[in-house]
Amino acid sequence: MDPALLLDPALLWKFCLAGLAVGSIYAIVAIGFNIIYNTTGIINFAQGEFVVLGAMTAISLAGHMPLAAAVALAVLATMLAGALIEIVFIRWLKDASVLRLVIITIGVSILMREGMLHAWDEKMHALPHFSGTETSSIAILGASCPPQYLWVFGTLAVIVAGLSLFFKLTVTGRAMRACAANRTAARLCGINAKAMVTLSFMLSAGIGALAGCVTSPITQTQYDMGAPLAIKGFTVAIVGGLGNSVAAVGAGLLVGVLESLSVMIGCSTYQDGVAVAILMAILVCKPSGLFGSAEAAALKEF
Amino acid sequence: MSNVERGIAALIAAVIVVGMVGCEPGAAPKAPKEGAAPIKIGAIFAVTGGAAFLGVPEKNTAQMLQEKINAAGGINGTPIEILIRDSAGDNEKAVSLAKQLIEEDKVVAIIGPTRSGPSMAIKGICEEAKTPNLSCAAAEAIVYDEKNDVVPRYVFKTPQKDSFVAQLIFKTMKDMGIAKIGVLAEAGGFGDGGKAQLAKYAPEYGIEIAASESFDPKQADLTPVVTKVQAAGVQAVVNWSIVPAQSQIPKIMKQMQFNVPIFHSHGFGNIKYVEGAGQAAEGIIFPCGRLLIAESLAGDHPQKAVLATYKKDYEAKFPGEEVSTFGGHAYDAIMILVEAIKKVGPDREKIRDAIETMRFVGTGGVFQFTARDHNGLGIDSLEVLTVKDGKFAQYVK
Amino acid sequence: MGPRRYIPVLALAALVAAVERAVALGGAGYYLTQLIMAAYYCLVAAGLCLLMGHAGQISLGHAGFFALGGYTSAALTTHNLLAHAAEPWARFLASCGLLAEWQNVYGVKVLSVAPWAAFAAAVALAAAVAFAIGVPIIRLRGHYLAMATLGFGVIIYRIAAGTDALGRSDGIAEVPPFALGAGLAVGGAAALRVFNYYVAWGLVVLGALVIVNLTGSRVGRALASIHGNEAAANALGVDTARCKVQAFVASAVFAAVAGSFLTHYNGSIGPSEASVMKSVRYVAIVAAGGMANLWGVLLTGAALNFLSLRGVFDTYDDAVFGAILIAVMLFAPRGLLGMPQLRALRGFVGRRLHAGRAA
Repeated sequence: MDPALLLDPALLWKFCLAGLAVGSIYAIVAIGFNIIYNTTGIINFAQGEFVVLGAMTAISLAGHMPLAAAVALAVLATMLAGALIEIVFIRWLKDASVLRLVIITIGVSILMREGMLHAWDEKMHALPHFSGTETSSIAILGASCPPQYLWVFGTLAVIVAGLSLFFKLTVTGRAMRACAANRTAARLCGINAKAMVTLSFMLSAGIGALAGCVTSPITQTQYDMGAPLAIKGFTVAIVGGLGNSVAAVGAGLLVGVLESLSVMIGCSTYQDGVAVAILMAILVCKPSGLFGSAEAAALKEF
Repeated sequence: MSNVERGIAALIAAVIVVGMVGCEPGAAPKAPKEGAAPIKIGAIFAVTGGAAFLGVPEKNTAQMLQEKINAAGGINGTPIEILIRDSAGDNEKAVSLAKQLIEEDKVVAIIGPTRSGPSMAIKGICEEAKTPNLSCAAAEAIVYDEKNDVVPRYVFKTPQKDSFVAQLIFKTMKDMGIAKIGVLAEAGGFGDGGKAQLAKYAPEYGIEIAASESFDPKQADLTPVVTKVQAAGVQAVVNWSIVPAQSQIPKIMKQMQFNVPIFHSHGFGNIKYVEGAGQAAEGIIFPCGRLLIAESLAGDHPQKAVLATYKKDYEAKFPGEEVSTFGGHAYDAIMILVEAIKKVGPDREKIRDAIETMRFVGTGGVFQFTARDHNGLGIDSLEVLTVKDGKFAQYVK
Repeated sequence: MGPRRYIPVLALAALVAAVERAVALGGAGYYLTQLIMAAYYCLVAAGLCLLMGHAGQISLGHAGFFALGGYTSAALTTHNLLAHAAEPWARFLASCGLLAEWQNVYGVKVLSVAPWAAFAAAVALAAAVAFAIGVPIIRLRGHYLAMATLGFGVIIYRIAAGTDALGRSDGIAEVPPFALGAGLAVGGAAALRVFNYYVAWGLVVLGALVIVNLTGSRVGRALASIHGNEAAANALGVDTARCKVQAFVASAVFAAVAGSFLTHYNGSIGPSEASVMKSVRYVAIVAAGGMANLWGVLLTGAALNFLSLRGVFDTYDDAVFGAILIAVMLFAPRGLLGMPQLRALRGFVGRRLHAGRAA
């Protein structure tokens, strides 16, 4: 493209806006990773499948009930699936090594993906746009975009605010924070650590499902979309510092915008490689994340 | 050797033996009819994996045709058995399955594979084993090596050539007075092939490709690539892609107020994609086979009967599934083979000779194979279609 | 204990020959096709067994090394240099024996890099890349290492699927056989099937021999100590970082050799060989085989790949591998042969490992 266009602020903003929207999705997935990581020390490789499962369930339900009810039910159903997975595959393992847990969650992710292939089909599905139709358009600071972008930004904001309140104000939230800080100590204080782990899987699955529903009108949904999303989400979680969900929001938006800008200047074929390259660079240079480890520890519980 | 070691050796041997004995392929072959050994036909489709949206209708079509042909008494009284194998779209799996079908199952010919990569991978194997292969994949290189001017002896393909599609798109554009376009192509075999053909024919029609972008179809949001093409100031966009970008890009363009004519490739041949794009699909122009407008064809059109029958049979057998041109490619491949067997019997060499001189009215067009043309379809096999009120219709200026 | 540890290698060699004889007597020579392909995947798994089982380091990117080997061989041996044949550099290379002239199945003449030279380049490239990425990432632990190797795999996949010279999503076809002289070659011709079977499994036996030797040596004991407790190993003066990188490079070389040979055998390679799912499959095989239990790994590798390549699992192919991963990790983390129900075998395996470490 014409190099002069690179300096056009209106065009630059268009790319950034698209990047912010997709970055929000990555951030939500990363928050899901972090919740489970904080209470268990496990990276759940099946996080991307929660996103797909939520969206697929909502799509199937949407034919029979109002959209809001379908989304709510899908989130609930995915939360149950999350709890089930924790109870069946994780709960009863004693002193399992990281290697073993990584492999188990990879296995779960494959089984969920193949299960969805056979339970639904190989086809592309989508929820309707939450407001307007597929041709509606709104302008944000002069850049046209679908109204669904607002839903995506709004969902991210609600999730972050909701989780902050949950972890600060409710007894259960505080108990989960206690488990994240020191599981043995928390158990000695009478907190049911096992229940907290199950709860973290449920929360994380629910958040993933919500992300799946809110993005389905934009990206559409197919059974095998989970793994690429999980890789992006993990990149974001690492960039922000593992376990730090507030930083994940900043990191998500950053990765999204960088990806979008990489299309502007370079070759779109390798767009997917940008996030992975960032991931590798961060892992090698600063595994504690961009936002510093001391800070991360302080911010760990929102 | 201690006892334990002997035990291990025995166990290993046992496992391997059991593995070999117990490895009858998963797709259970149908019991042949009493008396006659069935004619075996191999089929390699991408039933799972990224190209499953092509492979599944192909598999369905093959199952349907096997039932239908056998119910009508088979070929000259001998039933057929189509051994359907899932390659998942992988080259190495297709290689393994092709060898298995040829050497072990002794099939008379192989239908498929679905994708160009696996098709190129098994091409040499079929040549060497002198086994006819009717590919359902898009790439022209499968039946014509342009650099060395070589046509393979045993390999044929049924989908229409990308180059015809590119030419028809450009012809339509020229009529509309469009001179500067953007190309959005999926970064896969299908999109790459289309992109190359578009680039090749653009100068001939006096059309400038101002922006040409490949994208990963599994990308979460395609807005950035579309923005890039929009910034190039084009008069029309060619979206040469597969699902989900088929439906996504028209939506994104409308949402970004990027209102220029959209052209698609023949990969748009499934009404589901129109539904996926909803309102945004209105007015999309694309060249395609006539299967999608079977009802509105004139009564005396040579393809009318075959198209109507295939559509009726398919939608009756798979309720809720709409017929697509992809399944049509498998239909043509199987029926061409059946025609050849009818004429010359189940002999690989004779079948090859028979196909090479055959004229066949299929879903993709009227095939006329020659020694130099192993695709057999002309540019008239395609019709320029558009989307009108959520349905496919013939495009009129 | 010294020579005793070679007994299983001999047993493996005998088994390989016995299977071939049995198949030939049964008139089912076609089984060899998938056994040959499975052998090369077993070679990757054997290398990964060294890395995961002995050094205790996970890799979710080994399909990347396989693809590096395969694609290098394929790209170099299919690039037709006939138009440049008269140029001085081409003549010089030809005089060194680095170029080969051959005819493909359609009778087209091709002048390309000789397969053996391409093979050497493939292995060297894989080793160099493994060293270059191994040095920075191998010091990562747990999830971080898993993710970094996964990232490496994704990048190789992207390069394979996005580069014109590598055929993008179609991959590279019409790769010539790897001629070894006397009319013998690594290639798909039916007449050479038995020969190829012995080449493939010969490589596996050779690989097993290397691993048995390695694990019985100083290096092996160092790796075992890293697996046990890295900090303690460090304190005892083991250069843990260096040992881990060595294991990483060695396993990458195993994968590249397999990739190069299988590409010549198949006559083609595609990006699916570099996919994350392929890497996960190798991990599944090593896990199911019992991590450090080389014989278990080879056995499960041979059986699972043989069945998978024959399409036995049909559309449940990936699901089977996922289920095996979970089942093994949940119920038999020491591999199928390590299950209590197979106590006798476990005792044997334990002794063997012990013998390896103590020798």
